[in-house]
Amino acid sequence: MTHPILSVKDLKTHFFTRAGVVKSVDGISFDINRGSVMGLVGESGSGKSVTGFSIMGLIDPPGRIFEGSIKLNGRELVGLDEPEMRSIRGKEIAMIFQDPMMTLNPVLRIDTQMMEAVTAHEAVSKDEARRRSRDALGMVGIPSPDERLSAYPHQFSGGMRQRVAIAIALLHRPSLIICDEPTTALDVTIQSQILAEMQKLCKETGTALVWITHDLTVVAGLADRLAVMYAGRIVESGELDDILDHPAHPYTNGLLGSVPSRGKRGEPLKQIPGSAPSLARLPEGCAFRPRCESQTTACSEAPDVKSFGANRTVRCCNANLGAA
Amino acid sequence: MTDTARTSLPTEKAIVAEETALRRFMLRFAEDKVAVFGLVLILVIILLALLAPWITPQNPYDLSKVDIMDSRLAPGDKSGDGYRMWLGSDGVGRDLYSGILYGLRISLMVGAISGLIAASVGMAVGLTAAYMGGRVENFIMRVVDLQLSLPTVLVALILVAMLGKGVDKIIFALVVVQWAYYARTVRGSALVERRKEYVEAAQSLGLSHSRIVFKHILPNVLAPIIVIATVQTAHAIALEATLSFLGVGLPQTEPSLGVLIANGFQYMLSGKYWISTFPGIALLVTIVAINLVGDRMRDVLNPRLEK
Repeated sequence: MTHPILSVKDLKTHFFTRAGVVKSVDGISFDINRGSVMGLVGESGSGKSVTGFSIMGLIDPPGRIFEGSIKLNGRELVGLDEPEMRSIRGKEIAMIFQDPMMTLNPVLRIDTQMMEAVTAHEAVSKDEARRRSRDALGMVGIPSPDERLSAYPHQFSGGMRQRVAIAIALLHRPSLIICDEPTTALDVTIQSQILAEMQKLCKETGTALVWITHDLTVVAGLADRLAVMYAGRIVESGELDDILDHPAHPYTNGLLGSVPSRGKRGEPLKQIPGSAPSLARLPEGCAFRPRCESQTTACSEAPDVKSFGANRTVRCCNANLGAA
Repeated sequence: MTDTARTSLPTEKAIVAEETALRRFMLRFAEDKVAVFGLVLILVIILLALLAPWITPQNPYDLSKVDIMDSRLAPGDKSGDGYRMWLGSDGVGRDLYSGILYGLRISLMVGAISGLIAASVGMAVGLTAAYMGGRVENFIMRVVDLQLSLPTVLVALILVAMLGKGVDKIIFALVVVQWAYYARTVRGSALVERRKEYVEAAQSLGLSHSRIVFKHILPNVLAPIIVIATVQTAHAIALEATLSFLGVGLPQTEPSLGVLIANGFQYMLSGKYWISTFPGIALLVTIVAINLVGDRMRDVLNPRLEK
């Protein structure tokens, strides 16, 4: 039995605003094994990014981790004080953000930013830090890394900047990288290059990934496991292929139905009616009920998590369990 | 060998990149001829002030060189020591040309030093407020509001009246009345920067707070600080002159422009116009020149006005 690198148990991250408690993440659990990729899929506002920031310990007030545990390599992260957390951030867990135009400081040169990331966790000489930065740039496929090091971010294209961000994330060979929609802002060809690159790097370094996205087609080619989030909860999780072939939750079904494919030519795309609910005012019972096609009277009670099949869970009263 | 060639390349490129950014700024600045005129004027004034001991006939601080017999000479008259007083002399026999240049030294120095200290204090306070947020920010910004709601001259006047005369006390008073302007501006800009993703990225790298604030946010808010600093330096010089004019600033033995103007005030109606007028013109030209440059810098550095 391999030990999971990251083990999240019953995590609840709530924001205590004046308008009420916003339960952005409300009791989610998942495990990630070494070198594996977990896709975290959901609409805007479903709590996927907050999950990522919770793992990083970067939840700003009025939000805080209200309950639950996050274990990295067996070490509890919830409740660590700021200096301890800081020594983990960037070293053992790294993060890659959505907009590569914004994640690099526009006024600092690439070498300044990369060397700073190196020296933040290791006492190494400037030359050594520079050498490592150069190697990291080379590793993510940036040509002539030596010259590129002394460039400013505005001299890079979007794809190149995301590569730099990935290189920075890889500097300390973290055991986990949280990718918060890192390819959303890139065009499709660059997107597939970056995806392939990330997959390769993870295989090489044994780094596990949490890939946060709203785009099922992205994770379809990348993830090993999938977790679908809705209104702060994981409504379905399991092996990627299992879920794609036999979605158990109506929401997952809806998501899959709204992806264009070559199979259903000429038919209008299905769409999930309505929009994601406000997390401050969730409907009674199942949060998905108002938008669900297959709702019954049972749905007025909040459904529990059911485990079934090969390591799968679903949170629905009328789940399509038989398919698995 | 190839290694050294490789490492030398990027540094050259970097210098070129920096030069173009600076060049672009200077070219944009130079589009406004009035501002260039202002800049040249400032440089001339600074040069005159720096060279004062070598290009003036008299050291107005050296009381043994000041002769009461030379008092109130009209512009162009000869002094007892034989040199011409092109701008005349004041009530105690100080050559006004020498007095103005020495006075400029003090005025510029007081303006620059108080501006520098006020900018540092304001920057630190404003950045802290913006980065920390919450109660710390509320508290700091209420103090800033309080400071800004009090009339500048009044606060400075009371402080100097309490502390006594002297350059150091004037600088202290000027810092007290000025830091809040910097703090408010810096906080405003830093709040915008704080929300940007690169700050989150820096946090996710595990960098310390002070490093993020001073190394990542600060360089991004420098442009507005530079603009405010120019305008505030002009304010500081005017305020110092005001205090000295009111008799609470610098002592009679070390006349700044304000003291010189005040000295001539009583002779204005008896036709001896030059004692107040020439230092006044010097003060006016200095402040206008700085403001011209400041205005232009604001136009060039403001991204919203970019063409």
